[in-house]
Amino acid sequence: MKPLSALMIFGLPIVVLIGFALLAFIERRQGDGPKTAGFVERNGWPVSLYLIFGVGIWMLFLIVFPQLYMVDYSFHPKLPASARGGPRDIYTLENYRYFLYGSTSSTANWNVTHLNAFWLTIVMSIFITILNFAICYPLAYFMAQVAGPASVRIYMLLLIIPYWVNELLRAFAFGILFGTGGVINTLAIKAGIWTVPIDFIGRDIALYAGLTYAYLLLMMFPLYNAIEALDHNQIEAARDLGAPWWRIHLEVVMPYAKPGIASGCTLVFMLAAGALAAPLVLGGPKSLWFTPIVYDRFYQAFNWNQGSAYAIILLLTCIAFVLLVMRLFKVSFSEIAR
Amino acid sequence: MTSSGIWRAMMGFYIALFFAFLFGPLIVMGLSAVNTPQYPQAFPIEGLTLQWFGVLFADRGLMEGLWNSIVIGLMVVAISVPLGLAGALVMTQVYSRARSLYYLVVVSPVLTPGVIIGISTVIFWRDVAEWTGAQGVYNGIFLATLGQSTYISAYCMLIFMSRLQRYDRSQEEAALDLGATPTQVFFHILLPYLNPALISASAIAFLSSFENYNTTTFAILADKTLTTVLAGRVRQGTTPAISALAVVIILVSLVGAIAYEIMRRREDKRLKAQSDAAAKAELADELIGTVAAQ
Repeated sequence: MKPLSALMIFGLPIVVLIGFALLAFIERRQGDGPKTAGFVERNGWPVSLYLIFGVGIWMLFLIVFPQLYMVDYSFHPKLPASARGGPRDIYTLENYRYFLYGSTSSTANWNVTHLNAFWLTIVMSIFITILNFAICYPLAYFMAQVAGPASVRIYMLLLIIPYWVNELLRAFAFGILFGTGGVINTLAIKAGIWTVPIDFIGRDIALYAGLTYAYLLLMMFPLYNAIEALDHNQIEAARDLGAPWWRIHLEVVMPYAKPGIASGCTLVFMLAAGALAAPLVLGGPKSLWFTPIVYDRFYQAFNWNQGSAYAIILLLTCIAFVLLVMRLFKVSFSEIAR
Repeated sequence: MTSSGIWRAMMGFYIALFFAFLFGPLIVMGLSAVNTPQYPQAFPIEGLTLQWFGVLFADRGLMEGLWNSIVIGLMVVAISVPLGLAGALVMTQVYSRARSLYYLVVVSPVLTPGVIIGISTVIFWRDVAEWTGAQGVYNGIFLATLGQSTYISAYCMLIFMSRLQRYDRSQEEAALDLGATPTQVFFHILLPYLNPALISASAIAFLSSFENYNTTTFAILADKTLTTVLAGRVRQGTTPAISALAVVIILVSLVGAIAYEIMRRREDKRLKAQSDAAAKAELADELIGTVAAQ
């Protein structure tokens, strides 16, 4: 490992952490509110040690070090263990070049397979997110503003039950439903709607349906929570003033539920773009979702450096999406990640 | 028919459609679990059988994976609940900018795709094992536990935070005035107050670990868990035994759900004085935990 990398991965976070502790200390002194005792004085030694070690281990060894290490890893060539740290272990962009051009040295051709899969993943994830919102909004509104608490609880239970079934099994169920010998084809042929079985899996319809299904709940709950907090009188007032139903939703309910919409959309997009189970089970022979490609970089091509670069591309895309949603909906990060 | 009647009928139709979409695939899968054909088929029903359940329990790979999943789940609970609690308590003691920065770091694993957490865990700890010579670190079960704990700790933290919001610090001050040490306050006032959250955080942590696939499949290396074995089975060839597994899971969940509902009903009778709105808000609060489980 190079000294520069070591400094970036291990030195920087520790410096930031110390800076953070200082900042917290200063702000606590300046801050308002009923706190006068110091951290140790307030918690006592044993609990203070537990808090510092607990949070320190979690933040550094579980979150920050591995992530930064992965970033560093993606800028190194793939080398046998003996050559690492040697003269051939240089900083390079070749892993990212491979994503763009399908070769580590030549830039003559685009890496069409991977780039297509990447765009397809993003576009379809956005589409699935919008579809999920459209499906969930009416029921979320109904549960939050119209139904009584007893029936809401039953709806909630009904919503949660399917999510106790593992993701892989839910994808498997869609396989049974959409296969060439599956329920939909059998029924449609019996009913004479079409005569030759339609290859839903090869056309990725099964995959998109499965992904839409997989994350409904994650759209539903943030929406429900946000709409539930809206005072029903506001809706009544809008109605009394003569607002048509669509304007009530567009100009009263939705603006109020913005943080919930933002958080539901972020969650669904992230999970869809990072989905692995459904694409593995429902992906047709030709279709490629981006995550299985990342997986193959690791366990088929055994090129971990390249895999890291691909993982970072995915991560950056997700971060970009969160920032976009935050800007679009004008909400803060803590409102999204609740 | 009045216009509100039409609205009502449309809403009813929409809700029926929604739940048909939600349960249709599961019902189809359930039918294929008791149908005789070798290939999972829900329709037409050629004959009822329970043989696929026998095949399921005779599958040694799955049973071995199940055992590992339980072990990992318990270890994740043992790591994530204390870390999440520490995270939540520190959150109540930092302010303004420090708080935003801290929040960004500890909540980020929730919003990071699971595959990325798995990848970074494996890469980092493989080299740690190399530097320190502790090869025992580079072990699938251990790495899966660490990888899952990274984000499950954040779930636990969110659960503790929502309970801590309603915590009345005057109890603490009263105890301190009466001469208790801060450590005693922690063990005799704070922890008992957090008890319900401790229980739900443990349950959520175990369930999230048990059903995780994305992080685990990278971190598990040569070992296996229920989900990784299942992924292999689902991919290599479909058999109704997999449907049978889903049926078992649904039945167990249903029993749990009904038990929970009965408990809630009893609780409700006690708290009947509460208004509807308050009950609804409380329900929403509880659901934060359930959402976190996903």
